[in-house]
Amino acid sequence: MPYIPHTDEDVRAMLERIGARAIDELFDEIPAALRIDALAGVPDALSEMEIARLAADRAAADGRPLNFIGAGAYEHHIPAPIWALVTRGEIYSAYTPYQAEASQGTLQTMYEYQSMIAGLTAMDVSNASLYDGASALAEACLMAVRAHRRSKSARILMPTTVNPAWRQVTRVITRGQGLEIVELPYGAEEGRTIPEALARHAGTDVTAIVIQQPNFFGQLEDVDALTRWARANGALVIAAVNPVSLALLTPPGEWGDGGADIACGDAQPFGVPLSSGGPYVGFMACRMEHVRQMPGRIAGRTLDAEGKPGFTLTLQAREQHIRRAKATSNICTNQGLLMSAATIYLALIGPAGLERVARACLARTRELVDALTGLPGVRAAFGGPRFHEAVLTLDRPVAPVLEALAAQGIVGGLDLSRDYPELGNALLACATETRTRADIEAYAIALGRELGRAAAA
Amino acid sequence: MSQIPADLRYTKSHEWLRTLPDGSVEIGITDHAQQSLGDLVFVEVPEAGRRLAAGDACAVVESVKAASDVYSPLAGEVAAGNPQLASQPDLINRDPYGEGWILRLKPSGGGAAETLDAAAYEAALAAGG
Repeated sequence: MPYIPHTDEDVRAMLERIGARAIDELFDEIPAALRIDALAGVPDALSEMEIARLAADRAAADGRPLNFIGAGAYEHHIPAPIWALVTRGEIYSAYTPYQAEASQGTLQTMYEYQSMIAGLTAMDVSNASLYDGASALAEACLMAVRAHRRSKSARILMPTTVNPAWRQVTRVITRGQGLEIVELPYGAEEGRTIPEALARHAGTDVTAIVIQQPNFFGQLEDVDALTRWARANGALVIAAVNPVSLALLTPPGEWGDGGADIACGDAQPFGVPLSSGGPYVGFMACRMEHVRQMPGRIAGRTLDAEGKPGFTLTLQAREQHIRRAKATSNICTNQGLLMSAATIYLALIGPAGLERVARACLARTRELVDALTGLPGVRAAFGGPRFHEAVLTLDRPVAPVLEALAAQGIVGGLDLSRDYPELGNALLACATETRTRADIEAYAIALGRELGRAAAA
Repeated sequence: MSQIPADLRYTKSHEWLRTLPDGSVEIGITDHAQQSLGDLVFVEVPEAGRRLAAGDACAVVESVKAASDVYSPLAGEVAAGNPQLASQPDLINRDPYGEGWILRLKPSGGGAAETLDAAAYEAALAAGG
């Protein structure tokens, strides 16, 4: 069944009315060189039956392993009410409606979400969400360049301790917009950005510095010192944060003297399943002085003509349906469904619940690190404080060990040899509140057996 | 009917120009422009020192229903943006030709867009411009 309401006769009548011979004529102004007839690498359409089979096969191939990978996407407990509510008809089609104010419930959900994100990050204002953490960081870099009008360099300092996938997405999205992304090295001792890395940029025109907290290695950056350096050197601060960690750590709005300018990240840990890699939900918040440079939708609370409270999309002059080519971003919607899941998650567990989750993650990761580093040949790569991830090094290449563990249903961590070859035989492991003591013990036993077997061979 | 002071020059894109005693030029938007936009909620003015070519977008005026660029009718260097507009954008609604000025420009003589006198601007408005 074609889900297109226009019959051939409708189309003919419309073309006749506007004096066009064929629909293709309406696209004549697009030069032939820019047209694509076939999409290389995109397979032909499948039937519903075929696509259901394909999806089931792929899901079965993923299986349900005991997972110790975080690296930007985290396996947390998802309380049952969340998806029972999110899949209700009123919420399931949560795409920002075109006649937005007709959907007061959707706008109220956005407003509640924004209020919670602003509260968690200690920032003045949040948008109604973006695609994911990686694209939120890219948008934050573009936003910083627009917001910092005195800076002419469009230079962004990007520590290599920032998630490599997020850095890559940021490079791709900002390419062609004149941004210069300068990477900062990290210290080998504590796996975090070192003051010496900043020294050579002092006194130069830096538009913004990105600070990820906790960083990709799970280590805690010295966010106060980095923020103070940025202030002293006239640079804006873009915070990329794990929202669960904010239950325990200083929020970006309170970093250094005066806080970060923009905070972003991925709200996937709030009720969104891993789903083999997405979709997830990006968040972004900022200081009020930058709000007109923020991309995305913003819901506001107001009074209607009769003085009754209601919700409305606000500050829309930033957006492309009004500002066209000069809009702050091509983003003209939000990640509505997953934003709803995150909102319900936060409303359900509350501040105390979120703190319990964060503390459990911290405790489980400490147990994991203790259990694994108790094995001969395994050590923690970095000292210093960390949250719920750790870099561990083995006395032999990581890939074959991880493959052997995977064959036993254990996903033991992320092999870092591609993104951080200087770390040697290193893997990044994570334990959230969903990993039990028995899980950690099972991992330690399997890894010990594997390392012992290889040593004996 | 909108006010069109006789001593100013105008552009077809609804900016006005006033030559100040020191040779710099004050620029704003006309009474007609502010009426069309409605209540202004935000104005972005250019930074002092910025160099503009004639026809460059140099400011943004945002109302509850639209955001529009303001174009510089002259080439030159920005001497000042009106600092009052950051907290009081409605100065443009209340006093478009006075306190609602947007920027002052030191002309470089490097080119200028076509400007109109009051009578010609009034005629352009009457013609639907």
